[in-house]
Amino acid sequence: MTERPIQILDDKGKALRGRLPKLSKEAFLDFYREMQRIRIFDHRMLALQRQGRIGFYGPVKGQEGVVVGCAKAAREQDWILPALREGAIAIMRGLPLDLAIAQLIGNDLDLCKGRQMPCHYTWRKGKYVSMSSVIGTQISHATGVAMAAKYRRTDEAVLGFMGDGATSSNDFHAGLNFAAVYKAPVVFVCQNNQWSISVPFEKQTASKSVAAKAKAYGMPGVLVDGNDPLAVYEVVSAALDRARGGEGPTLVEALTFRLLGHSSSDDPTRYRDEDLVREWEAKEPIARYRAFLESKKLWSEEQEAELLDEFAGEINNAIRRAEAAAPVDPKTMIEDVFETPDPRLLEEFAKARSSLS
Amino acid sequence: MTEMTLLQAVNDALHTEMGRDDRVLVFGEDVGFNGGVFRATEGLQKEFGEDRCFDTPLSECGIIGTAIGMALYGLRPVPEIQFMDFIYPAFDQIVSEAAKMRYRSGGEYTCPMVIRTPCGGGIRGGHYHSQSAEAYFCHTPGLKVVYPSPPADTKGLLISSIRDEDPVMFLEPKRIYRSLKGEVPEGEYTVPLGKGRIVREGGDCTLVAWGAMVETCEKAAIELSAKGKEVEIIDPRTLVPLDEALILASVRKTGRLVIVSEAPRTGGFAGEIAAIVAEKAIGSLEGPVVRVTGFDVPFPYTLEGLYMPDARRVVRGVEDSFNW
Ligand SMILES: Cc1ncc(C[n+]2csc(CCOP(=O)(O)OP(=O)(O)O)c2C)c(N)n1
Ligand SMILES: [Mg+2]
Repeated sequence: MTERPIQILDDKGKALRGRLPKLSKEAFLDFYREMQRIRIFDHRMLALQRQGRIGFYGPVKGQEGVVVGCAKAAREQDWILPALREGAIAIMRGLPLDLAIAQLIGNDLDLCKGRQMPCHYTWRKGKYVSMSSVIGTQISHATGVAMAAKYRRTDEAVLGFMGDGATSSNDFHAGLNFAAVYKAPVVFVCQNNQWSISVPFEKQTASKSVAAKAKAYGMPGVLVDGNDPLAVYEVVSAALDRARGGEGPTLVEALTFRLLGHSSSDDPTRYRDEDLVREWEAKEPIARYRAFLESKKLWSEEQEAELLDEFAGEINNAIRRAEAAAPVDPKTMIEDVFETPDPRLLEEFAKARSSLS
Repeated sequence: MTEMTLLQAVNDALHTEMGRDDRVLVFGEDVGFNGGVFRATEGLQKEFGEDRCFDTPLSECGIIGTAIGMALYGLRPVPEIQFMDFIYPAFDQIVSEAAKMRYRSGGEYTCPMVIRTPCGGGIRGGHYHSQSAEAYFCHTPGLKVVYPSPPADTKGLLISSIRDEDPVMFLEPKRIYRSLKGEVPEGEYTVPLGKGRIVREGGDCTLVAWGAMVETCEKAAIELSAKGKEVEIIDPRTLVPLDEALILASVRKTGRLVIVSEAPRTGGFAGEIAAIVAEKAIGSLEGPVVRVTGFDVPFPYTLEGLYMPDARRVVRGVEDSFNW
């Protein structure tokens, strides 16, 4: 494990000598587009939340580099076991924007039928698994999916996400331990944004890093600069290849910073110094990556304006379509508890509804 | 038909399903090489290989968490929790994850799996090898709860549970693991979930019991018969889904209800059955509903005999439903 986070771009977006991954010009540009799309989406959704059009939102601002680096590293056959900040991966894997927004609203267009709080997307076609709000539980699911893929001898690998707070959970221990014992093809990615709501990383663990914890489980731990999407891409790609090659799991710690509140319900000025936020704003992934593109003459003001326009239009259209959907049908309340409904529930529900009408 | 113990019936069911469906994986602590501390999984690793029947690290939350991942993938995991008393580290995974997967994903993801675990008292196991904790799971929508009694039912219900599309808690009454023998059909024998059985017919009083308590009720029935009272014993077999109609029909016939359960009384499933009968068949009742249950104490070690409902207490319960 390295002491300093692995970088390909320095804090100012300058490419470190000889380190650039071999990607096409289009591919380099796409990293940027996807990060910007997440930021604009975030911004718009927070605004909708403030207007009361959605109930809650968990922003990603500052962490787009991890999300895009990981999504780009994953192959189509790979599975995604997300936590709160990876919703954009579902979108990058094909979840239509209007369906994503319908999830935030919780209406008839929502794939999970309005049953979960916002940001709890599900997208089976993209192998993006529905998450619960319970911190950490998805970590051992990631291991289990990977054990199943190994049993079936496929070339699927799994990305299991978590925040830094989740590294204190039971499931972190169980999930990593099982993964290493069975050499499951899974890559654990901890988005260390240095906060669990108001609790700073130093109060979460006395370990110097999350990556250091890998050693005791018998797997490699890699510390990467999470605000450098290219470094994340490279580290996670290598870990996925390793997993696919039968060499077992890796724990990747992507060091980043949550620039906004924990969620739309949180006021971070209550518990953290604004100077620290300024410090990390200077290292945020999008401006940094744009500086890289500009230094390579790959990006211009006109392109930027065009992109912002395009996304604004795309998101506005999606909001319109999502908001036009009908409310959730009350009869769906009793669906999907089991494959076939329990007759006792059917009877009870029918009785309750007839007494209302 | 072959005569088997309850344990052999479990083993036979696992064997049958592993043989016909390569999605079925069996695992847990000491489950693989050693065949389980009760030998329920004996021979499975040898026959089906280490990638289908294996030992796990000692972590119930890991066993169930990874099983959920396998189920998400499309396999049919059948994890074992060595004793039900140790299921609590996995409680979160069971109630927050397995039970809610289908619902929370709008049916995109499901969690077909069977959690087998030996439960119940009567083996001198103290607090931590004796509990009958079905009520916690019955209280969680999204879980099926199966609590078999005779060997044939055990086999048939386990096969049905493995074939079910939803998570099933399969609670095995370990007190009668070896003591109870019975004829068990060979091959793919199934008993549907949600259909109870009439263990013994009678017109004077309905006894509802599951797991090891069915046998206790059968003993009490003989004593009661000698005293001139013919009881009808109903074994619901599965608590969720519950064969409510069978219980109600019996109570309507007998006019009396005694529920026998070894779990502590408060918040137990016996109370649920009492409530159903109070709601739907109170007009048929000729006496008070009586519960014969464990006490509201942590399961005691030396006084286990006093704690567990026995035939004597069941007889008394039936008498109480007459004399009030
Ligand atoms: C088991 C559990 N405990 C508490 C909470 C409440 N909670 C929601 S998010 C959160 C902090 C999570 O921090 P982290 O894992 O670092 O993820 P981040 O929000 O920073 O992405 C807490 C305490 C929860 N959802 N689950
Ligand atoms: Mg965090």
